[in-house]
Amino acid sequence: MTDAVAVTDIHKSYGDLNAVDGVSFAVAEGEFFGILGPNGAGKTTTLEIVEGLREPDSGTVSLLGVNPWPRNPALLPRVGVQLQASSFFERLTAREQLETFGSLYGVSKSTAAEMLELVGLTDKADVQENKLSGGQRQRLSIACALVHDPDVVFLDEPTAALDPQARRNLWDVLRAIQDRGKTIVYTTHYLDEAEILCDRVAIMDRGKILALDSPAALVRGLDAPTRITLQPGTLLADDARGIEGVDSATDDEDGLTISTREPAPVLSALAERGTLDGLQVRTATLEDVFLGLTGREYRA
Amino acid sequence: MSTAFKSLSTAMLKGFVRDKMSLFFMFFFPLMFLVVFGLLFRDAGQDKIKIAVIGDGPVVAALEKTGAVEVQRFDDEQAAVAKVKDGDLPAALVLRGNSVQLRFAASDQVAAGTVNGLVSGVVDQVNLAATGQPPAFTLQQQPVEDASLKPIQYLTPGILSWGISISAVFGAALTMVSWRKKQVLRRIRLAPVSAITVLTSRLTVSVGIAVVQAITFVLVALTPPFGLKLAGSWYLALPLLVLGTLAFFAIGMLVGAFCKTEEAASGAANILVLPMSFLSGTFFPIENAPGWLQAVSKALPLRHMNDGMLDVLVRGKGIEALLVPCSVLIAFTAVVGLLAAKLFRWED
Repeated sequence: MTDAVAVTDIHKSYGDLNAVDGVSFAVAEGEFFGILGPNGAGKTTTLEIVEGLREPDSGTVSLLGVNPWPRNPALLPRVGVQLQASSFFERLTAREQLETFGSLYGVSKSTAAEMLELVGLTDKADVQENKLSGGQRQRLSIACALVHDPDVVFLDEPTAALDPQARRNLWDVLRAIQDRGKTIVYTTHYLDEAEILCDRVAIMDRGKILALDSPAALVRGLDAPTRITLQPGTLLADDARGIEGVDSATDDEDGLTISTREPAPVLSALAERGTLDGLQVRTATLEDVFLGLTGREYRA
Repeated sequence: MSTAFKSLSTAMLKGFVRDKMSLFFMFFFPLMFLVVFGLLFRDAGQDKIKIAVIGDGPVVAALEKTGAVEVQRFDDEQAAVAKVKDGDLPAALVLRGNSVQLRFAASDQVAAGTVNGLVSGVVDQVNLAATGQPPAFTLQQQPVEDASLKPIQYLTPGILSWGISISAVFGAALTMVSWRKKQVLRRIRLAPVSAITVLTSRLTVSVGIAVVQAITFVLVALTPPFGLKLAGSWYLALPLLVLGTLAFFAIGMLVGAFCKTEEAASGAANILVLPMSFLSGTFFPIENAPGWLQAVSKALPLRHMNDGMLDVLVRGKGIEALLVPCSVLIAFTAVVGLLAAKLFRWED
């Protein structure tokens, strides 16, 4: 399988700031690839270089087998881009936005209607863009990126500044796009979201990729203990320490927290003691991965 | 015609028409000026001179027949002369039998000259009539213009050109700044559409708006309260309209290249358009201005568009009247357009 995107050692600096500092990665066709990291990590600049909006200072980019820089009109119809800002024409309705963007690629009006349906905006077709909610605008802008049926889709922070419900609605849209066989490259600063959606993620910080793998592999590689929290008063800390496989147990006002690398036998031992009511199991997440990589707490 | 060109033009036109503020400012605001100035100065050309008159006789009757004087009758000579001394009236005419005495305020030389000329002319006429002799010389008076020099005749071409300059400059500048700020330009850049398509579609919208403006303005000015009389060669205004729009569009592109926000662009456009409209004689004739100011005026595209419009819409001049204005507008567009193209940015 050929790679939809192949990036080799790209650099981009603005004055003294190394926005992108030696980034390499490849995205397979049909893959859902996430670039994560806090604000200012260089995600957007990386994306813009891959899209062909910026020229890298050094390094090579191959997008669908060709160099996206300088602007290559033959490549553009195969690439869909949603920019970070919601870039819409002024005072056009949702349908008109899609029709106008579609016409730039010679797409028929019926496709525009189809896209509205895909992102669940059919009932908002005749509403002007500035009267849509934040989530609706994001969905519309994704639809505008998809209207010409591109092979690769770039989405820059599509879920930023959305309420939880709108984010979840958008996840469904993103999954529907992947089901259509598109390659998706997207940036986010929500690590939990990337863990759920992405096949593979690249964790970026200060212009560099710190880790690149599937979310599950990254978490596994961390070899972090599983934390089990019991309700206060259900078990004494000393009793807990006596259970086979428990590394440590600490008691505080929230309850008893047990740390273990063998959660299965520990959980069955807890079940025998009848302490499962209100029990919480927390495994490591990408945030722990970020913490392990940078030594800092993750702050979006 | 490509679909991209058509749909971009449609998008821009819809954006313009649906923005009530800009529609008002660029379209109805200049039209309002035409209406207000047209009504305000409707009778300015036929302003009658008021003269105080004491007594009566054939001279007064002849004076009233000229239609240029409004007679105010006084019984008391003292009161009438006092009015003249105060500057309320330019002159008082005192008639006693065959003696006609004119007391005028020499301080207002123009009015004094007019009144003296009028009254002595009338007195000569009455004297001649009293002799019973036929006049040795006959005088025929006729204006050279098709219509009388009513203010609407020069207001319409001037305010029309000004209105077009506003819509073209602001339209180009605001679209460019807002599309760049909202990253629409970047987004378009990512589609297989050429810069020329984007530019020509915006230009087409501007020319279209200018044509609609011209038709509306002229139609309004033709209605009875204004009474514009179009010259036979009015259709020669079309090339001027297009070239003028091009020149102002280029200015708008230049403003748009410099400014980062809509507010800055609209301020900069105002700073350019407003002085230009005054210097180009949109509202007041520039002929009385100092020489250096008239020289500046000659470098402005609006001045030449004004002159050209006046010549073909009202003065009835032929195609030769287009030569200078059109050449200046083309040269201006080329220079400013090239500069704007050099400074153009797809993104901030």
